Amino acid sequence: MSDTANEESRLTNKVDRRYGALSEALLRSGAGLEAFVLSALALVVAFAIFGVFVAVQGLDPLAVYSALWLGAFGTSFSIENTLTLAAPIILTAFCTLIPARVGMLVIGGEGALALGGVGAVLAGMVLTGLPWWLGVVACCLAGSMFGAAWIMAAGALKHWRGVNETISTLLMNYIAAAILLHLVTGPIRDFDVSIKAQSVPVPELYRLGDIPGWSVHWGLVVGVAVVCALHMLLRHTVTGFSMSVLGGNRRAAQMAGLDIGRLTLLACGLGGAAAGLAGAIEVVAVHGAVSESLLVGFGYTGILVAFLARQNPLAVLLVALVIGGIAAAGGLLQRRFDMPDAATDLLLGIIFICVLASNAFAGRLFRRTA
Amino acid sequence: MMEGTLGSWGVLIAVLGGAVRVSTPYLFVALGETLTERAGRVNLGLEGTLVLGAMAGFAVSFLTGSPWLGVLAGGVAGTGLGALHALICNLPRVNDIAVGIALFVFGTGLAFYLGKDYIHPRAEMLPGIPLGTWSDSLAIQSALEISPLFFIGAALAVGLRWALFNTRWGLLLRMAGDNAEAGRALGLSVNRIRLFATAAGGFLSGIGGAFLSLYYPGSWNEGLSSGQGLMAVALVIFARWDPVRCFWASLVFGGATALGPALQTVGITSGYYLYNAAPYIVTLALLVWVSNPREALQGAPRELSISR
Repeated sequence: MSDTANEESRLTNKVDRRYGALSEALLRSGAGLEAFVLSALALVVAFAIFGVFVAVQGLDPLAVYSALWLGAFGTSFSIENTLTLAAPIILTAFCTLIPARVGMLVIGGEGALALGGVGAVLAGMVLTGLPWWLGVVACCLAGSMFGAAWIMAAGALKHWRGVNETISTLLMNYIAAAILLHLVTGPIRDFDVSIKAQSVPVPELYRLGDIPGWSVHWGLVVGVAVVCALHMLLRHTVTGFSMSVLGGNRRAAQMAGLDIGRLTLLACGLGGAAAGLAGAIEVVAVHGAVSESLLVGFGYTGILVAFLARQNPLAVLLVALVIGGIAAAGGLLQRRFDMPDAATDLLLGIIFICVLASNAFAGRLFRRTA
Repeated sequence: MMEGTLGSWGVLIAVLGGAVRVSTPYLFVALGETLTERAGRVNLGLEGTLVLGAMAGFAVSFLTGSPWLGVLAGGVAGTGLGALHALICNLPRVNDIAVGIALFVFGTGLAFYLGKDYIHPRAEMLPGIPLGTWSDSLAIQSALEISPLFFIGAALAVGLRWALFNTRWGLLLRMAGDNAEAGRALGLSVNRIRLFATAAGGFLSGIGGAFLSLYYPGSWNEGLSSGQGLMAVALVIFARWDPVRCFWASLVFGGATALGPALQTVGITSGYYLYNAAPYIVTLALLVWVSNPREALQGAPRELSISR
């Protein structure tokens, strides 16, 4: 085992020497700053387009903007709401972000989140009588494992059968939703609840409470901790560097003797685990049980967050706040302007398009000196 | 009840009838995606196009009283989204698959936003052609009431195949998809060919959407489309980018989709959600079957990002 590890690190050192100079030059020349400026510009343009759209509808764009601000960050209530919505999408973003490091476009966060929620409930049903903290950890671990296995399956299909991972993960979202609905309407249904189909609840003892003095659950702290850990892994370890090499140049990774299958599965597994954890936390901290309410699009929003953060782990935190804020302001937009609830979806779609279009200007904003 | 006396035959007839009925939107989206992909681009946003086309078709039929104008409106809305996809992808360093996902979000968001006012009223529906009047059985009569759009789609499949392989524009389209460099060397604008191909693909997908809201299921609501636009992308791979094979493949997909509701009519309701997932599972299984880790997908246009 240690032999192969040594072998790997020797080989990656070789790669490191060859490509390290290149990546360092890119960093020094302000690629990070440029990514930030591009994303910020894309946001501004998207808000402008949305403003024109609402103006055509006969609404005052400035009033809509101020309501968006008020609903997202204007009061302590709205900030807590924003943070609560940001918690799951911080994690689901990694379901797209980590596989993107190895050059895959995975969009299965919604499915992994759904199965993560199912995993948490199943763990709660099977593992009774644990101390509370162990119960919470067990539920979250079970959720992560379900999510990891789900996305790893897509990674395995990609690696050994050449199945396009974007299409397979998108299909698997629908399959996961069907599995969830099947389970909560039959096998694990709580028949004491008659108003809607939902699963047996997770034991009261295993619930995750709020951060003292806030009405934001501890899941947010877990999410931030996971982001830091993943940042360390992706940016400061041999494994993370090997992933970047694979994502940057598949041939170079092959030449360096990297185990492509292992890296592919690892990236998919970590991404799926993050989204599964998001589902588990939603269950143990918000809903208490699994139901259709879990499928509100956190997985799809995570894709947008990953792209807006330009696949940078730490930037996810900032971006998730912005996107969570928009989602949180949706209710206020509905009440104040009688807008459809799809207004925020539309805004997110416009942002997504602008972010992708802004890629056309990458490398042209600042002159590189290296 | 007639359905009861037919027993297991009832399930078969319902699946066959359902296959014909449900296959039409698959067929239109698949034909549109075939055009787009033959020119070298993947548009993964056709799910959004389908939903926007459904909304536009329903709204226009409701406002004008003419369902065929609605079909046209669905096509026009789809053309708009297709053109948007192509124009963004014409920019350098833009990933066409990611743009597709963005248009998926944007198209459904726009459709639900603008379509909120049309959820309640009932619009004028497309007429069906009753081919089952010779039978006394209601099940057979309903299975054989077929939309004219189904026949239009079938004719279109044959026509597109002929046009792709026997006309000048078919050759240009395939050149853009198979070897963009060769096209550029001849002084052609590959981007412009792709713009037309993606816009035309959007037009066909929009018509598929109008079928959903104006014929079957025949209403406008937010749960109208459930991944048909996406499955059509996999269907095109399975059909190896051939319009006529798209026709047969969409019948298979239609049958898989009709299985859940058909079993429900004869009283098999346990596992309802799992049967409803059949089309996704079938799609995934077919995708695994036709994929190959060592070489590009068989028959794929060479410039296509999903086949490289």
